[in-house]
Amino acid sequence: MSERSIELTVNGRSYSGTADVRTTLADFLRHGLGLTGTHLGCEHGVCGACTILVDGVSARSCLMLAVQAEGSDVRTIEGLAEPNGDLHPLQTAFRDNHGLQCGFCTPGILMTLMELLDEQPDPTEADVRDAISGNICRCTGYQSIVAAAMQAAAELRKGRRA
Amino acid sequence: MKPPPFEYLRPESLDELCVMLAGTENAKILAGGQSLMAMLNLRYVFPDVLIDINRVPGLAGIEIKRDRLRIGAMTRQRKIELDPLVNERAPIVAEALHLVGHRQTRNRGTIGGSLCHLDPAAELPTIALLHDAEIEIAKEGGRRTLPIADFIVDYMTPGIEPNEVVVAVEIPLWQDGHGYCFHEFTRRHGDFAVASAGCLVTCDASGTIDKIAIAVGGVSTVPLRGVEAEEVLSGTSGDDATVEAALSFCDGLDVLGDFHGSADYRKHVARSVLRKTLKTAISRARDRLGGLN
Repeated sequence: MSERSIELTVNGRSYSGTADVRTTLADFLRHGLGLTGTHLGCEHGVCGACTILVDGVSARSCLMLAVQAEGSDVRTIEGLAEPNGDLHPLQTAFRDNHGLQCGFCTPGILMTLMELLDEQPDPTEADVRDAISGNICRCTGYQSIVAAAMQAAAELRKGRRA
Repeated sequence: MKPPPFEYLRPESLDELCVMLAGTENAKILAGGQSLMAMLNLRYVFPDVLIDINRVPGLAGIEIKRDRLRIGAMTRQRKIELDPLVNERAPIVAEALHLVGHRQTRNRGTIGGSLCHLDPAAELPTIALLHDAEIEIAKEGGRRTLPIADFIVDYMTPGIEPNEVVVAVEIPLWQDGHGYCFHEFTRRHGDFAVASAGCLVTCDASGTIDKIAIAVGGVSTVPLRGVEAEEVLSGTSGDDATVEAALSFCDGLDVLGDFHGSADYRKHVARSVLRKTLKTAISRARDRLGGLN
């Protein structure tokens, strides 16, 4: 018997499902829960496309088993925008700065930046580049991503002061 | 489905874990999973049993007892990197950790996992070797401690038995104000190093090197101590000419060539990385001991 039932919280909502023990968390999110915003590129921890937040910290969801997330609080790209469709400041900044072209790497980059901006509300460009060094983008050349991250950081700081 | 089929076990105590290890064949221990999960996804490994130790209590934590830093095997690399005690008392550990993978992999990856995986280009085994660390190992009905030099057996082969698990690493601390540097060359940030080097050094009041440790990683099948280079520099002022003389240690290395570069190229990089490491460590020792020289 290699199936296990799994209960976890994703973007504040409780989910339960069953998964074979060898199912990665990324595949469980996509196929088990239908949350296909988390993308899979290399599936061996190099490209960063599958980055999500597990209990508040960024992690490669291709390098975790779904059973390991039992009881965890997971955040994925689907949790960023408001339920009414209003974009998160990070998403708005990416749109404003052309921070994406094909968009494949974008969910992983946004989740990495969510962690960075939570830890360091006022990062330097070097901090941003260091944080996203584990996220590969083949379209943008990163400049527009860094510009978007800096704009989002400024917006979020304004929001914190208000 | 990427990984091959396996039986999944999740012990909730060290005793339970040791009983499982004693009672299973072809089992793999899943720690942070930043190497093993990739190897499973690529089907490089086919364990019959996967023992996930992420919920075993007591395996994570950082403490300083007298002059020894003890880090639990399941302590996440990023916890160690950001720990104020580590940054104050063993700054080289934090300096090296910043070069380990990326923040997403350091959030999950553990010190024990990296030591047991024993990739020759990984930073943590080189750091452990540099410090003459001791590895605490548990099995059913027993515990033992192994010096890191004996733990590093061969290419990706740690000196533990299939029924054993690493529970902690103990790192002897150097005196406050020691010089240190960990430096590496990679083609992209976060990649495995083409060559890496670490150095710890202290100087006496006259600026003479009285204690020095040197290790290199990435160049051979295992990380290596630069004993000859340590001997050349000991008792000297660590001037540039002596540093150059110490670098001849690299000439005798049995260097691996791979897709990152030929053996000759890697030897050249190792020399350059070691030069920078030694100069930085020696200059920090002088600065940190109150601006001697």
